[in-house]
Amino acid sequence: MTLKTGAVGKEWPASTYEVGKEKIGEYARVVGLDNPVHFDREAARAAGFRDVVAPPMFAVVFSSPAVGPAMFDDEVGMNFAAMVHGGQEFEWGEPACSGDEITTTAKCLDISEKDGKGFYIFETNAVNQNGDQVVRGTWTLIVRGV
Amino acid sequence: MADLNAGDSIPELKVTPDKYLPHRYAGASGDFNPIHIDPEFAKAVGLPSTILHGLYMMGLVARAATDAAGGDPRALKRLSVQFRGMGAPETEIVVSGEVKSVEDGVAVVDVVAAQGENQTIRNAEAEVQI
Repeated sequence: MTLKTGAVGKEWPASTYEVGKEKIGEYARVVGLDNPVHFDREAARAAGFRDVVAPPMFAVVFSSPAVGPAMFDDEVGMNFAAMVHGGQEFEWGEPACSGDEITTTAKCLDISEKDGKGFYIFETNAVNQNGDQVVRGTWTLIVRGV
Repeated sequence: MADLNAGDSIPELKVTPDKYLPHRYAGASGDFNPIHIDPEFAKAVGLPSTILHGLYMMGLVARAATDAAGGDPRALKRLSVQFRGMGAPETEIVVSGEVKSVEDGVAVVDVVAAQGENQTIRNAEAEVQI
């Protein structure tokens, strides 16, 4: 079977996400973070943040809705039954804080085949309401038996 | 400001996620893939039972790297990981790492997350400001 590569370079419509204080706290508790800057507005402001600040990996919460439609696009044509999340990279800029409105776009960087596996690489790019770069993500998804 | 030098080990992070952790992570992250929360579904697709979210374990790697840099969430500049072995709930995860280099106030740390001999995250590289 030949891998479809027509979606390389394709971009998907941006998704927007408003960051909420309690959602930050929920995420922080699950990964076991206890730094008050993730829970308490005064502590966050005292530490120099605009508001309660999200942990870096909160990036998945607002980036996933952007990359989801890319992964499910028929033009990409991934076989989900045989897919695994192979790798992930994030590069952070301005922290995401409660009240921020974050706009994330997704793009297909590459589709290639190696040793009978398909490698699908997507990039997400998130900016806040001020136009500051928040986080860039690179998502590597591997499909066996292509 | 953290004192990290090339060759230093970062403090180990040990976490044993309870049986319901994947449910809470699903709620927090929005990833409700049934392989993480439904044992019958997981077994039906050939898994031993439910498995941990890879991005949850990456969250623990981020936590260990941030802690090593002094705990300020702004310290973590970049994190790149490869997901390999599957992670299981109710089993201890150990995140360990070693500083590879320090240059211009940025430490590059090689990190591994493992459950016993099973390295669930490897070839992870974190850049932290120190």
